[in-house]
Amino acid sequence: MGVEGIGARVVRKEDRRFITGQGRYVDDVKMVGMSYAHFIRSPHAHAKVKGIDSTEAMKMPGVIAVLTGQQIVDDKVGNLICGWAITSKDGSPMKMGAWPAMAPETVRFVGQAVAVVIAETKNQAKDAAEAVVVDYEELPAAADIKAAIKPGAPQLHPEAPGNIVYDWHLGDEAAVKDAFSKAANVVTLDLTNNRLVPNAMEPRAAVAHYDQAEEHYTLYTTSQNPHVARLVLSAFYNIAPEHKLRVIAPDVGGGFGSKIYIYPEEMVALWASKKVNRPVKWTGDRSEAFLTDAHGRDHVSKAEMAFDKDNKILGLRVKTHANFGAYMSLFSSAVPTYLYATLLSGQYVIPAIYAEVIGVYTNTTPVDAYRGAGRPEASYLIERMMETAARQLKVDPAELRKKNFITTFPYQTPVIMAYDIGDFHASIDAAMKAIDYAGFPARKAKAKADGKLRGIGLSCYIEACGIAPSKAVGSLGAGVGLWESAEIRVNPVGTIEVLTGSHSHGQGHETTFCQIIAERLGVPISQVSIVHGDTDKVQFGMGTYGSRSLAVGGTAIVKAMEKVEAKAKKIAAHALEASESDIVIENGEFKVTGTDKSIALPMVALAAYTAHNLPDGMEPGLKETAFYDPTNFTFPAGAYICELEVDPGTGKTSFVNFVAADDFGRLINPMIVEGQVHGGLAQGIGQALLEGAVYDDTGQLVTASFMDYTMPRADDLPSFQLSHTTTLCPGNPLGVKGCGEAGAIGASAAVINAITDAIGNNKLEMPATPDRVWHAIHG
Amino acid sequence: MSTVKLTVNGRAVSVDVEDRTLLVHLLRENLNLTGTHVGCDTSQCGACVVHVDGRAVKSCTMLAGQAAGSNVTTIEGLAKGDELHPMQAAFRDNHGLQCGYCTPGMIMSAVDIVHRHSGKLDEETVRHELEGNICRCTGYHNIVKAVLDAAGRMKVAQAAE
Amino acid sequence: MYETNYHRASSVADAAATFAKGAESKFLAGGQTLLPVMKQRLAAPSDVIDLSKVQEMIGIEVSGDTVTIKAATPHYDVAQSDAVKKAIPALAKLASEIGDPAVRYRGTIGGSLANNDPAADYPAAVLALGAVVKTNKRSIAAEDFFKGLFSTALEDGEIITAVSFPVPAKAGYAKFPNPASRFALTGVFVAKTKSGDVRVAATGASQSGVMRVAPIEQALKANWAASALDSVTIPASGLLADIHGSADYRANLVKVMGQRAVTAAG
Repeated sequence: MGVEGIGARVVRKEDRRFITGQGRYVDDVKMVGMSYAHFIRSPHAHAKVKGIDSTEAMKMPGVIAVLTGQQIVDDKVGNLICGWAITSKDGSPMKMGAWPAMAPETVRFVGQAVAVVIAETKNQAKDAAEAVVVDYEELPAAADIKAAIKPGAPQLHPEAPGNIVYDWHLGDEAAVKDAFSKAANVVTLDLTNNRLVPNAMEPRAAVAHYDQAEEHYTLYTTSQNPHVARLVLSAFYNIAPEHKLRVIAPDVGGGFGSKIYIYPEEMVALWASKKVNRPVKWTGDRSEAFLTDAHGRDHVSKAEMAFDKDNKILGLRVKTHANFGAYMSLFSSAVPTYLYATLLSGQYVIPAIYAEVIGVYTNTTPVDAYRGAGRPEASYLIERMMETAARQLKVDPAELRKKNFITTFPYQTPVIMAYDIGDFHASIDAAMKAIDYAGFPARKAKAKADGKLRGIGLSCYIEACGIAPSKAVGSLGAGVGLWESAEIRVNPVGTIEVLTGSHSHGQGHETTFCQIIAERLGVPISQVSIVHGDTDKVQFGMGTYGSRSLAVGGTAIVKAMEKVEAKAKKIAAHALEASESDIVIENGEFKVTGTDKSIALPMVALAAYTAHNLPDGMEPGLKETAFYDPTNFTFPAGAYICELEVDPGTGKTSFVNFVAADDFGRLINPMIVEGQVHGGLAQGIGQALLEGAVYDDTGQLVTASFMDYTMPRADDLPSFQLSHTTTLCPGNPLGVKGCGEAGAIGASAAVINAITDAIGNNKLEMPATPDRVWHAIHG
Repeated sequence: MSTVKLTVNGRAVSVDVEDRTLLVHLLRENLNLTGTHVGCDTSQCGACVVHVDGRAVKSCTMLAGQAAGSNVTTIEGLAKGDELHPMQAAFRDNHGLQCGYCTPGMIMSAVDIVHRHSGKLDEETVRHELEGNICRCTGYHNIVKAVLDAAGRMKVAQAAE
Repeated sequence: MYETNYHRASSVADAAATFAKGAESKFLAGGQTLLPVMKQRLAAPSDVIDLSKVQEMIGIEVSGDTVTIKAATPHYDVAQSDAVKKAIPALAKLASEIGDPAVRYRGTIGGSLANNDPAADYPAAVLALGAVVKTNKRSIAAEDFFKGLFSTALEDGEIITAVSFPVPAKAGYAKFPNPASRFALTGVFVAKTKSGDVRVAATGASQSGVMRVAPIEQALKANWAASALDSVTIPASGLLADIHGSADYRANLVKVMGQRAVTAAG
């Protein structure tokens, strides 16, 4: 390992601009002649739009245009798409209603846009928006799953009778039935996976520019995947053909899934920039983010697990209702199916699994992938189940888990996934040692003497990252391939540019990817720069989500590097009059092994571009590209243990310790990896203790600001104690697995298991607010 | 419209703005100091924190007119030329930031915390004092580490002066 | 925010005169509540009159058995004041727990009381300590000042200039913050006056704003000890209920925070 190579805790290259206020986010972009958009949004969860009168608004100062949903329809702008087709168990395709960018006829959730005002200033746009009169005819609303599926419920879309999008299943129903018939014990569990609001700190924004002379559009947008945005905006929304559209995602202030999607506001800004022939800026405020950013989770599940007399698992049966909100967002359909049910085996040998998932429309904000996306829901279910089972079977929860762990790999689960490698005993042992599991009973007794209820909770998660290979996901209904691309440009003076289709919005790619280059070539990272987030610069990319950037995007870089090195070695061998097979790369030099002959990288690069002395037939230049499609998912896994105390007087939870033992395969930059785990844990703990989107019966979002939606603050969280166990991923040359979502996937079950252990009552829903915990203690 | 005169990062400025203009918008829109961010509309997230007359306040909850005559320091004015403020350096060295959006407000608040506590800080105090700054990326772990680290560096720097 | 006219008052008299000229004037103290409300377009004052630089409204005075906090004094200065810490430590502690550090630098006692948010902290101290609210027109006893949610005895254009707190024999404040907003989900201020009377006020709990808590006062009069409240039951009727706390939970908090306030008072 070099000082800046793989495994080094290199301080981030991108930090200087952020800590000095020089980051460049979308709202920081200004253009000459820029105008401002403000959306007019439905105050109703369900209503007919009978008319929009903008006469008075058009007379107000600075107003350039008021554009409506009907104009979007008239201009033949496409409806928003859902990119993964799911087939119901009866063989029918999923049933989707249309989602226009602005509603011409019917609004189906509070906050859905019906019109937009474009004005000279933001305040003028807001002032004028109040003068636009929208005539609504209110309709009854279904604000949650229960209300949407009951007989006689209000219908959202005529295409989806009973508000059912699909009724899907996975696994072997007969085998599960057989397993349960042989069971010595059956454990049942009802649980809710609470709806979350992603709340990346930077609200979504767009700056759109239309160049009339060139008939060319430019869109600056808060995106995790600018190429996907360009593809969708051109191929499906018909706003501009790909070669006439440049999408730039500059510095982006967090995503967590919520910035994968191409939302109505960004579409409308782009479309409007041509309509008004002016650059158009839209910057969402936090209230708009609460109402329009895709929410996460929102499952209601019933699970049953069968055990034999030795407490070995025989089978698992799960029935889940998933709330999709009012429209099917881009990846929403895949989240509770192929990203959820496929992980229901957890870390355990479960011979038979059967899962049914019913997708439901409700008059709420659309729901889609949020950090973890399906896998937190699966992990929470399994790990709450294991804890519940241990209590019911009166065995130690760690022992019950160990007894049922998968220990041989590769392991084919009954729910599609083939785990390539792992060592679950190693992670649980590391976590138990770190928290002194054996000493817990004594600590609990001491806390009791101090009037506190102390509990401990485990969670052994597994996830699947780097969704792939493209052929496999295509066969399951995905509308896109999930490969990644990279381009390496070695410049004539030996500096290196790495162009990647991954997008960094906090993950530190500008450092981690440089370390891969530094490791291979032995050059300092200052000599390498990472280019991302601009469709005019980067050839193509699928973007960053699902903890895929290193395992897929990083491997694409390695593949391109292999080509660069192969060519560079040929040039070096030619220059040094040596055999190509004798050339080795060390510290930025190409050496003839066993001799003192060498040539430095800049000289090789220069030779490539002067082309004065290249091997016969070789093209000049030193630039290579690669498209990499993985052969399998990767499977990060680990064990989390949480120890906490509950104040019986108030129901308030305080952390004593939180330990994490993760297996992410090889770590490129452990400092960055730890940061990813910290952030994930905070979101998992946030879900368990603090966060939950609440709608009232009429479909109004009650938790529509930070005043009511509890964001984790510094004093809500402990310092975390992290460690790593390592099994190298055999599926990619780096041996990496992905680390971005693990914390959010594993943490919530550990917290709820600990609280329910502390209070001696297993019935507790997330978020476990002081009020809920106090009621669980006192009835 | 009013003319607001104030000093920003040591420079006297005079800006014509609508009276409803918030200090954060004056900084971002009129002075192009886009390091100060807006992350909420309920005065809670702290992405907009700047120093007004030496106190860390939320520039989204202050009219530009209220800052007239004041001395304002933003994240852009914290470093001495190329030399980072110890708090900025500590955030970088401790990986106290990821997406960078909350970072300017976080750093401005953190400098104020260290000043108020005269360098005597522990983890619990730092966590409590960061109540008005929300970060979605870091889980605060490394931010807390950075503030404690910077408190030590600032004490050393002060002693050296 | 709607367009408005900003005025910086130079004196109390200037503030009152400017207020009278506006069609729909509002006083702006620290702005930590009014500005968020204006940003949401839920208030549309034609004129805002900034009191925060009025020198005669800033400062803390202790004379004999009275602590006077002038209305435009920020929470931070109250929390840091050695005089307040010595005379009524519970008041300094209360001020140190309002909002967050940035809010405490700007927010003022006058602004907090004039707004009378049912979950604000200061009303509990004012009511429990039996403070007197002084305005540019008169003095108002705490009992007469609070008139329910966001409503006070203040007349249009009346300016709070100071609040005078009698120094108690003992006082304590315990707050259970709303996990999201960090306002008081329930906060209880207990005070034993120098004449031996006991006054207890709770904020954040009641549907009608800050309230005296008679059952706790009675129990503490008999025995000034946290354990004296063990057998007290606070009725849940009339208490606030929302996603953060049901009425019976708040009733429990009134009792538990009352006990902790007594413990803090010593």
